[in-house]
Amino acid sequence: MTTDATLAGEQQEILRKLAEIIEEIAEIPAADVAMDKRFIDDLDIDSLSMIEIAAQTEAAFDLDIPPEALADLLSVRDAVELVQRKRA
Amino acid sequence: MSNNDVVVTGLGATTPLGGDVWSTWEAMLAGRSGGRQLDPELVEKFRLPVRIAAPLAVEPASVLPRGAVRRLDRCQQVAVVAAQQAWEEAKAQDHVDPDRVGVVVGTGIGGIRTLLEQADLLTGKGLRQMSPLTVPMLMPNGPAAQVGLALGARAGVHAPVSACASGAEALVWAWRMLRAGEADIVVAGGAEASLTGVTMAAFARTRTLSLRNDDPRRASRPFDADRDGFVLGEGAGMVVLERAEHAAARGAKVYARLAGVGTSADAHHITAPDPTGRGQATAIRASMRCARVTPADVGHVNAHATSTVVGDIPETVAIKEAIGDHPVLTAPKGALGHLLGAAGSTEAISTVLSLHHGLLPPTANLEKLDPQVEMDVVAGEPRKTDAAVAVCDSFGFGGHNVALTFVKE
Repeated sequence: MTTDATLAGEQQEILRKLAEIIEEIAEIPAADVAMDKRFIDDLDIDSLSMIEIAAQTEAAFDLDIPPEALADLLSVRDAVELVQRKRA
Repeated sequence: MSNNDVVVTGLGATTPLGGDVWSTWEAMLAGRSGGRQLDPELVEKFRLPVRIAAPLAVEPASVLPRGAVRRLDRCQQVAVVAAQQAWEEAKAQDHVDPDRVGVVVGTGIGGIRTLLEQADLLTGKGLRQMSPLTVPMLMPNGPAAQVGLALGARAGVHAPVSACASGAEALVWAWRMLRAGEADIVVAGGAEASLTGVTMAAFARTRTLSLRNDDPRRASRPFDADRDGFVLGEGAGMVVLERAEHAAARGAKVYARLAGVGTSADAHHITAPDPTGRGQATAIRASMRCARVTPADVGHVNAHATSTVVGDIPETVAIKEAIGDHPVLTAPKGALGHLLGAAGSTEAISTVLSLHHGLLPPTANLEKLDPQVEMDVVAGEPRKTDAAVAVCDSFGFGGHNVALTFVKE
């Protein structure tokens, strides 16, 4: 399970769910999905998988991720923070 | 045999009779049928008049990685399963430059399961629930593209679409690629997985499906006097083709030679075959001429015979017209059901194995030969043959006719 002791409870929860989605779609072990990992450079996730991850993230957290926001999601932290902002 | 001849060096299949070529072939020799009751939930939901089909014997999800199962439509899954079997058997990967590997995979319908599932999601739950993979999963070139990706093939990936002749047409284009020097080795065949409510209902509306609902194993009965339509099946059949000199240079096992190919079009009717058999005879003649064999050389014909009332007889007229009444016929659809876009290539494999083993599988369920056939049809038991030449023909809605002439090696 992905844990990061320095994260606040809400970020921890979002990261855990996001890691599950990434494991399902990109077949990267959830434990490897850490806040500082970059989607393309570190996790080798392609653009189509990113769209799938975004779609499942939208469904999981019941929010909208507009296509233009997708281009700004470079790291796992960007995605966690986006979900956090959208939920606020 | 000349160096430019095209030979078969690998076989792969997943069918209603088995998850590979060998289990399928054994079941065909035993005269077993893949016909089964259709999922009762599907029948109930769409109130289908046809309640039988020939589903896969082995689920592709049980042999593919989880990621592939999620990202590939079922027709693409079966294509990859069969192609990988054929490719592994040919043992070519260490002997060929990926830039010289081609893929030709046809389908009759393509990713219809994805299309229907995503249409339901869009209607019921909205855009957000739709998969971003919808387009690559439903496109009819998807099975070819996924096989190309799986094998790393870069010489060209093509997807002929000619309904029930698609799988056979794939072998034609592969042969042409090899003869034109566009590739050194080509994986070719057809794939289909369209056992959906819409497909079943649509074929039922064309009145081409068997209604022998209480006896699915005996429903597909090509050339039988009591035939009443085909049984819709799913699956994939793939072959590896290469030029003889290429196969010899790498010491490949050769099953048979694809000596000639022939195609034509009926220009008669969008679904019904020309009753005179003219277009079909043209394709058969063209494939024999291409193979430099005479009608007298042909020992057996692997018939397309789908078990429909209107289809089976024009085919015998065409065979008699092009070859004569001397070849022995066998019709695999009694056992396999109708694999649509995968039928031609899966039956080409049966033709190749018949020559290779000198054994013709019986036409399953043929009990009372339609008197209009007036030809010798293998039934009941497999029959030995020492013939060196066989023709495999395939026809599709749209009037597409394909004939392949194989020669024993």
